[in-house]
Amino acid sequence: MSEPVTGISREDVVHLAGLARIDLSDAELDHLATELPAILEHVASVQEAAGDDVPAMSHPVPVDNVFREDVVRPSLAPADALAAAPASDQQRFLVPKILGEG
Amino acid sequence: MSSDLTRKTADELARALSAEEVSSVEVTRALVDRIESVDGSIHAFLHVDAEGALAAAADVDRRRADGDQLPYLAGVPIAIKDVLATKGMPTTCGSKILDGWIPPYDATVTARIKAAGLPILGKTNMDEFAMGSSTEHSAYGPTHNPWDTTRIPGGSGGGSAAAVAAFEAPLAIGTDTGGSIRQPGALTGTVGVKPTYGGVSRYGLVAMASSLDQAGPVTRTVLDAALLHELIAGHDPMDSTSIPDAVPAVVAAARRADVKGLRIGIVRELGGEGFQPGVEARFTEAVELLTSAGAEVVEVSIPSLRYALGAYYLVMPSEASSNLAKFDAMRYGVRVPPAGVDDPSAEQVMASSRDAGFGDEVKRRIILGTYALSSGYYDAYYGSAQKVRTILSRDFAAAFADVDVLVSPTSPTTAYPLGDKLDDPLAMYLGDVATIPANLVGIPGLSLPVGLADEDDLPVGLQFLAPQKADDRLYNAAAALEQLLEQKWGGTLLSRAPELEAIR
Repeated sequence: MSEPVTGISREDVVHLAGLARIDLSDAELDHLATELPAILEHVASVQEAAGDDVPAMSHPVPVDNVFREDVVRPSLAPADALAAAPASDQQRFLVPKILGEG
Repeated sequence: MSSDLTRKTADELARALSAEEVSSVEVTRALVDRIESVDGSIHAFLHVDAEGALAAAADVDRRRADGDQLPYLAGVPIAIKDVLATKGMPTTCGSKILDGWIPPYDATVTARIKAAGLPILGKTNMDEFAMGSSTEHSAYGPTHNPWDTTRIPGGSGGGSAAAVAAFEAPLAIGTDTGGSIRQPGALTGTVGVKPTYGGVSRYGLVAMASSLDQAGPVTRTVLDAALLHELIAGHDPMDSTSIPDAVPAVVAAARRADVKGLRIGIVRELGGEGFQPGVEARFTEAVELLTSAGAEVVEVSIPSLRYALGAYYLVMPSEASSNLAKFDAMRYGVRVPPAGVDDPSAEQVMASSRDAGFGDEVKRRIILGTYALSSGYYDAYYGSAQKVRTILSRDFAAAFADVDVLVSPTSPTTAYPLGDKLDDPLAMYLGDVATIPANLVGIPGLSLPVGLADEDDLPVGLQFLAPQKADDRLYNAAAALEQLLEQKWGGTLLSRAPELEAIR
């Protein structure tokens, strides 16, 4: 257990929206700031369920690494891979500038 | 059998097709006509591919005439939930962000359906990225319950369940992350099965929560579900969580339908407060029928169930927030540049595209998941939720040491009016209480219609649960109960559904 759970402020929601790369409107931020604390209060009960001796379970069925023979298999043609791209150029995905404005 | 081909079960159609009493083109045409006439009031489909389905049907008819050996369900049409990739056919996941996306490949489930010669009628409506329990979160408008079109069909797979209930398709594919096959089954009077996690390949299933998602059959009878289960299940090297073992003998189990000596446990925690009286009444009667047929029924307790909903609503949004990060407006999906920004950066374009492309529920869950996974809260939330999965698995293992299958109502309530819980996400989440445990621990579950609630004359579902890889037990028990109920009713439950008005 780390720190005890407290509320979640509007400022937190702004930060989370930034992390999640969603440009939420003011109205959406207001709405989530009132909604999320109620949901979190409900789910916080999981913290009383288990002690440190209980192992975490990430998958319901044990998962092992899977290997296969390194053989060439058919893959998407460039035209198929690019067909749904918002923009493309010379068989490449065309994206906006990736360096920030400042 | 020309007049009401749409009412036939998949098994009946398969037998008639193989006896050449009817052609696949005739069956497909009848269903396409039915969709055209009633889907205006149901909206089960986001996309109908009449031309493609009829071409596939003609191909099967030709191969049959040539004397080819065909799979049992060849020529029986099917509808596919819009969360599975279908090459050359739109796949939107009910989201604006994938508006117009045509996948360049088939999901393994789709590929198996095509290889077996089932004409694909179209893609069914769903809550956006399967997030929701009512199909009201579809960006393309809700699906309506065929029993009462002012009510929800359940969700997220309301489209698949409604299509089957409204006789627009004998078979459909659903996906179930927290009940999205079983709860719509309960609310529409149809059969829905979530197989054991890893039983059906997830390759090409657009992921919401990778450790919970599972595709499965949506049908009107238990035998039809078994036939479809057998067709789509089995190991797939394209899915690293796919189970390499042989598929359980589900069809044989559905044909056996014998509960004599079967040990059945009623889950004590899944009843009482919050469960509608009419739901409890039908559930209790169904259990009495099983007892009268020779099953040994006992009550069992799974104490950690009280933490299951909390664990689910942490694990699911955490995995969803991670899975949906791929929608970055760069390689596919809609790109919406921010208004009033000259030469925006990729990051700004990504943020504005995700704002424009995602609906409220998807945003809510992404933000919740981002919070649960963020530094400082990870152990308290996501870490604790993963521990709950361990405790829950131990409790279920203990229960299955004493009984062969567990039973509960599938949903605490019958179908509620459209709009009723749209502004109260927590209330909607509480409706998943009986279905989510199976996803958390990876066990199979089946919902069977067991009658109508007295207070509203709407369908009630009973859920069977079995241990991992023992999916066949569900089919045996459910087929037995289905027979007992239909003897009592003198027909199917769906034959009591109101006639739908044709809208052109």
